Amino acid sequence: MAGQEQKNTTGRTEEDEAPEAPAPPAGAQTSAATEGLDDLLDEIDGVLESNAEEFVRGFVQKGGQ
Amino acid sequence: MTAVRVMGAETEYGIHAPGAPGSNATWLSSQVVHAYALLTGERAAGGSEARWDYTDEDPLADARGWSVPRQQAHPSQLTDQPEELTAAQIALENGEPDPDQDGAGNTGPLMMNMVLGNGARLYVDHAHPEYSSPEVTNPRDAVVWDAAGDLVALAAVRQIAGTPGLPAVNLYKNNTDNKSVSYGSHENYLMPRAVPFGHIVSGLTPFFVTRALICGAGRVGLGQDGTGKGFQLSQRADFFEAEVGLETTIRRPIINTRDEPHATAEKYRRLHVIIGDANLSQISNFLKFGTTALVLDMIEHGTAPDLKVQRPVESLRQVSHDTGMSALIGLSEGRRVTALDIQWMYLEAAQRHTAQTGAAGPCGDGHTDQVLQRWESVLTQLGAGPSAASRSVEWAAKLSLLQQYRDRDSLEWDDPRLGLIDLQWSDVRPEKGLYYRLLSRGRLDRLVPEADITRAVAQPPEDTRAYFRGQCIQRYGANIIGASWDSVIFELPGQRRLQRVPTREPLRGTRALTSGLFDRHRDAADFLAELLDLPR
Repeated sequence: MAGQEQKNTTGRTEEDEAPEAPAPPAGAQTSAATEGLDDLLDEIDGVLESNAEEFVRGFVQKGGQ
Repeated sequence: MTAVRVMGAETEYGIHAPGAPGSNATWLSSQVVHAYALLTGERAAGGSEARWDYTDEDPLADARGWSVPRQQAHPSQLTDQPEELTAAQIALENGEPDPDQDGAGNTGPLMMNMVLGNGARLYVDHAHPEYSSPEVTNPRDAVVWDAAGDLVALAAVRQIAGTPGLPAVNLYKNNTDNKSVSYGSHENYLMPRAVPFGHIVSGLTPFFVTRALICGAGRVGLGQDGTGKGFQLSQRADFFEAEVGLETTIRRPIINTRDEPHATAEKYRRLHVIIGDANLSQISNFLKFGTTALVLDMIEHGTAPDLKVQRPVESLRQVSHDTGMSALIGLSEGRRVTALDIQWMYLEAAQRHTAQTGAAGPCGDGHTDQVLQRWESVLTQLGAGPSAASRSVEWAAKLSLLQQYRDRDSLEWDDPRLGLIDLQWSDVRPEKGLYYRLLSRGRLDRLVPEADITRAVAQPPEDTRAYFRGQCIQRYGANIIGASWDSVIFELPGQRRLQRVPTREPLRGTRALTSGLFDRHRDAADFLAELLDLPR
């Protein structure tokens, strides 16, 4: 699906793409519902700890009940 | 039939100091308790906290009628002795505290245990800070005073963050580190001792095998170490290896047999439920307590559905791994049904019997009706697929968020970002915790107003003995040297003998019974004199 998306956009000029930056994700719709969704994911992107891999690896607990 | 009974929640928080890797977890946990003590001033005047009174603890008593010899018990089962943090333990870890900077110049020993003014206990359990809620009488209050614990945890995190010399500490309301370790969130339900334990086992097992549908918190990763790719309903399911047993830290059983009533032992047992996930979702938490209380009531009245799951431990895992909710569970008479079918059987049995007793009607207790309605609506939602339940059921809400990320960024289930979303879902800080981000955007349903939870941080429930305990701590904290679920111990100036006030009846010590007594005496000695009918 991501490959298809790329194929569709190869014909575009750079000027066409510029106003869309950052590029919309593959398969994204522009309905109001998904805009709300994108807002939410953008917000969560902003609060997620940086370096996910290291952070998750560092969360080591000792046994509990 | 009723959802009303004495109950309580215990939550062990995951603890992490990202800036001080390798810190001793017990030391970090004691900093949490210590920080909260500094913040609230809820400590005795002598410079030490209200100690836990271990006199009536008996963690090796088995509800099936025997007791495990001490020398045969796993060390983690000996919960009737105080946790000790030795100098050697502290020296062994990397983040050794500078004694001069400990707790903003505070001197004195680190606190391992506190009894709070809301009747709860905050303490170090093994290597985690644990908040044990005060006793409440209904599932709504269970949600309120459990959520109050999350605010207690948050307050401690903030206090530590503002203390020079201490590493920032994060607390997570989850149940696994996804590296083979699990820590619990337990429920406790008071039951008449007369109910045979075998009936509890047979009545509860099919219900517990399928309960994650309505109150699983969701987890990224399969297997105890989480290396299997995928998402599952429950944080805890993969850590259960037995059907019935006494252990809580090893060979965890679906039905736990610890028999420590913390009340008049001849009359009551305290059913200790260890299979649940810690819940942030208020609806899931409400259903966890409410439906379980209803099922216990059916067991007591002999009206629980007559079901037997062939292989409970395997089925528990299967249910947790089956986000499509279509897998079949083998019953002993040969029938095969889905987990949702089993939940519907329990709901319908509960509806039949509440209709007979009137507990759910207009003259009912007000709680039973709500539990039944929520239960039915959530099962109906789940029947239409997880996304239909994403406003109410915690695992469905988490899955929905993860799925949105997967769709946007084409992520595989083993992508570390999904693991981070799972972990950070339960961060107790509202600016970082993803559950709280979704809640503030109105994407999850609320059951109780925030003001009720804030109030419960400081005030005990009014209709159990927790009222007595909490009021004693609030009013006479300087004269209390110890407390437990079933005692409060006073030390009065000029008196060599301690005064231990037993509180072995969970439904006494209520506001209705004791507020006059509290109001009449500002002084602990006068209070005790009237309470115990002592000469003044």
